[in-house]
Amino acid sequence: MDEIRLKIKRQDGPDELPYWEEFAVPYGPKMNVVMCLQAIQNDPVTVEGLPTTPVVWECSCLEEVCGSCTMIVNGKVRQSCSALVDQLEQPITLEPMTKFPVVRDLRVDRSKMFEALKEAGAWVTVDGYFDLGPGPRMAPADQQKAYHFSRCMVCGCCCEACPQYNSRSPFMGAFVMGQAFMFNTHPIGALEKEKRLDALMGVGGLGDCSNAQNCEKACPKNIPLTEAIARLGWDTTIHMIRKFLR
Amino acid sequence: MAKPRIIVVGGGLSGLMSALKAAEKGADVSIFSVVPVRRSHSVCAQGGINAALNTKGEGDSVEAHTYDTVYGGDFLAHQSVVKKMCVAAPGLIYMFDRMGVMFNRTKEGLLDLRLFGGVKKRRTCFSGATTGQQLMYALDEQIRRHEAAGAVRKFENFEFASLMIDGEGVCRGITATDKDTMETRAFAADAVIMCTGGFNHVYGTCTNSTHCTGYAATEVYKRGAFFANPEFVQFHPTAIPGTDKCRLISEAARGEGGRVWVPRDGKPWYFLEEWYPAYGNTVPRDIAARAIWKVVKEMKLGVDGEDIVYLDLTHLDHEALAERLEGILELYEKFVGDDPRKVPMKVFPAVHYSMGGIWVDGDHRTSMKGLFAAGECDYQYHGANRLGANSLLSAIYSGTVAGPAAVEYAKGLTKTADALPASLLEEEKGRQDDINKKFIGMDGPENPHLLKQELSKWLTDHATIVRFNKNLKELDAKISEIKERFARSKISDTGGFANDEIFFMRTLENQFDLARLIVLGALGREESRGSHYKPETPKRDDEKWLCVTKCEYSPEGPKFDYSEKVEILDIKPVARRYDVAH
Ligand SMILES: Cc1cc2nc3c(=O)[nH]c(=O)nc-3n(C[C@H](O)[C@H](O)[C@H](O)COP(=O)(O)OP(=O)(O)OC[C@H]3O[C@@H](n4cnc5c(N)ncnc54)[C@H](O)[C@@H]3O)c2cc1C
Ligand code: SF4
Ligand code: SF4
Ligand code: FES
Repeated sequence: MDEIRLKIKRQDGPDELPYWEEFAVPYGPKMNVVMCLQAIQNDPVTVEGLPTTPVVWECSCLEEVCGSCTMIVNGKVRQSCSALVDQLEQPITLEPMTKFPVVRDLRVDRSKMFEALKEAGAWVTVDGYFDLGPGPRMAPADQQKAYHFSRCMVCGCCCEACPQYNSRSPFMGAFVMGQAFMFNTHPIGALEKEKRLDALMGVGGLGDCSNAQNCEKACPKNIPLTEAIARLGWDTTIHMIRKFLR
Repeated sequence: MAKPRIIVVGGGLSGLMSALKAAEKGADVSIFSVVPVRRSHSVCAQGGINAALNTKGEGDSVEAHTYDTVYGGDFLAHQSVVKKMCVAAPGLIYMFDRMGVMFNRTKEGLLDLRLFGGVKKRRTCFSGATTGQQLMYALDEQIRRHEAAGAVRKFENFEFASLMIDGEGVCRGITATDKDTMETRAFAADAVIMCTGGFNHVYGTCTNSTHCTGYAATEVYKRGAFFANPEFVQFHPTAIPGTDKCRLISEAARGEGGRVWVPRDGKPWYFLEEWYPAYGNTVPRDIAARAIWKVVKEMKLGVDGEDIVYLDLTHLDHEALAERLEGILELYEKFVGDDPRKVPMKVFPAVHYSMGGIWVDGDHRTSMKGLFAAGECDYQYHGANRLGANSLLSAIYSGTVAGPAAVEYAKGLTKTADALPASLLEEEKGRQDDINKKFIGMDGPENPHLLKQELSKWLTDHATIVRFNKNLKELDAKISEIKERFARSKISDTGGFANDEIFFMRTLENQFDLARLIVLGALGREESRGSHYKPETPKRDDEKWLCVTKCEYSPEGPKFDYSEKVEILDIKPVARRYDVAH
């Protein structure tokens, strides 16, 4: 193999119509999809030999920790920096995620995800940014468990895979459940557990999840999202009963 | 009085920490970042963060941390600021612990520590092998909390373009360009804090994220702020060789017992253990990188004759590996396809960290009034070589200094941001619009992407682990030549929406100045110290070179000044050795 074939879904701006272009770039060992896009950037010409504009996409860390470069590669949502060419069928098709507005080409606007974290109060409320002595002790087993959730890079794979998540639905997405669950189990974070549960019982919260579990399968960091959803479901029920009895 | 208005450029650890501290002191804060802040380069940090918590019964102390940092930096760091940082470190870790960072724990539920390079005591707190990511997320969450409360504003996907400087040479704000609409706007402020990270992407392939280009730091240098110690660039000894990125395998791998070797006479040769019996595989990075260089380039003992050595974890307990190093095991498996629990990893040194950067004083003021700098983009704390797990610390600590210092400065101003004449804003914006127009109109024969590759290749070949004066001179001439050709290049996208090529062109233009700083700084320093090694002057020369390389911009080329002596307090310079304990 001396060249790599790619079929890329392009779009010049948010209100423009999408179109496809095909490219061939020189093959190299251990190449990934980002490297293919970089090769196109260096020499933006289609397979037909027509000059075009370089493809626009996002990337930053190039080692699957920042979440930037998420797109649909051969029909599957994933990070393009860790999508190795040798493991992909050709032509490699690249499309932008469908659950977020396209900015240009493969770049989408995921600011909605960050807004959802705001609604859910996904943080620990601390008294200030100064030394107040050591935090609470924690069992290693609890730490290991919470650590899995704390690796969420807000990449959007879980949202893309979820049947309930789309531009018309207010559903916040599985990652929010993961984060809310994590903060609810943290010794200091738990002090605001009820607030978070209230937020998850409202519009766009847990009630909108149909339990299809696609989210967990799509998560590149194997975050146990369904467990978080199940636990939060139980917690919100109890929270509701308590509120009712109060 | 209106709230002081502070602009923070950069949303990594240093930027977010500066912003939180400035907000806490009552400022109205705006953060600008090319990427959503949660995706900043700091997420790449794997191994951990240093603080003398002394929970292992090893008698660790702030003094020992200070000593190791100064000694590890080959005595080029000012000592009082290093000391202050080391004093603050335990409190900073506790603060992150309260914010919910999932640091690894001991059986008793205390913060666990591991060993890192250049030290004898376990001092590194860690969260698996994704510590930077965890610290970053904690600050990102706190910033979101302040955003929800209206105290902080974020301008994400905005590229810093330039400083706004008034007639008296005082920094009064910035211009920045929206990466989608491509509109450049001027933003007035009482003080600006630069937190734009390292500049290692000038070398092309390195361990950094793609936004670590040095554009912003070079831009403020070109507008009059001093730069310092550009010649000190760290090579990390163990990265996976690559063409898009050299993905790092953290020093934590060696701290946890990983061993470096090459086959010799059919047997593993653990050369670091043999040459440096006191520290073995956890010698500092400059030492390890040079040793690997020697074994591979001079002794020609690289694995299969290639630029590769082994980093071996196969003898370590699998459960401990999963708990403490999972992130890097996954990374290696994903990108190389081999299981590092079963086969030794193949690694080689790669460009990793810029010790040099924007010159600052102890309060993180730059030489320009109204402009501050913090994090990897400043030059403080690490001298000629940074110790592992000290830069997450310096990024965070410097933010806690710069944020309040900027607010203090702003409160003392008689003329505030609200009173700036509109003409100042319009002029600077106009200047930037003109620059962008110039780039859009470029239609010459040269391909700028290939020029960038050429620049990086030359730098990587000649301004790295071993430096020869002759090569540096040739390289300097080459930079000027490539820059000239750049003036005759063609932009590949002339559109007015989400046009990344304009940023690429702007960045490359500044990288020529940055590259010259590195090369001329290296040429000028006639000694070897820390990461800067020249076989022609192989010894450290404290008589003459215990000083800061201070650089001032001029259109003809940088002007160097060596009059600032390194501040020596209790720690007197001695020969730096790692073959014996110190
Ligand atoms: C792979 C790797 C592993 C590491 N591991 C460790 C470790 O274990 N321990 C340790 O102590 N250190 C480690 N380091 C070093 C450490 O991660 C960095 O030094 C530190 O994170 C730098 O933080 P920062 O805030 O200065 O900058 P960064 O995190 O680099 O952030 C820079 C910010 O500036 C913004 N920016 C840049 N240019 C512009 C512009 N023109 N306009 C607008 N915004 C801009 C970016 O968007 C970003 O938000 C590691 C480094 C690497 C590469
Ligand atoms: S939960 Fe997983 S898939 Fe969802 S945003 Fe986080 S890392 Fe991505
Ligand atoms: S369980 Fe199903 S519906 Fe619920 S968040 Fe996951 S994918 Fe969506
Ligand atoms: S570039 Fe960061 S996940 Fe791919």
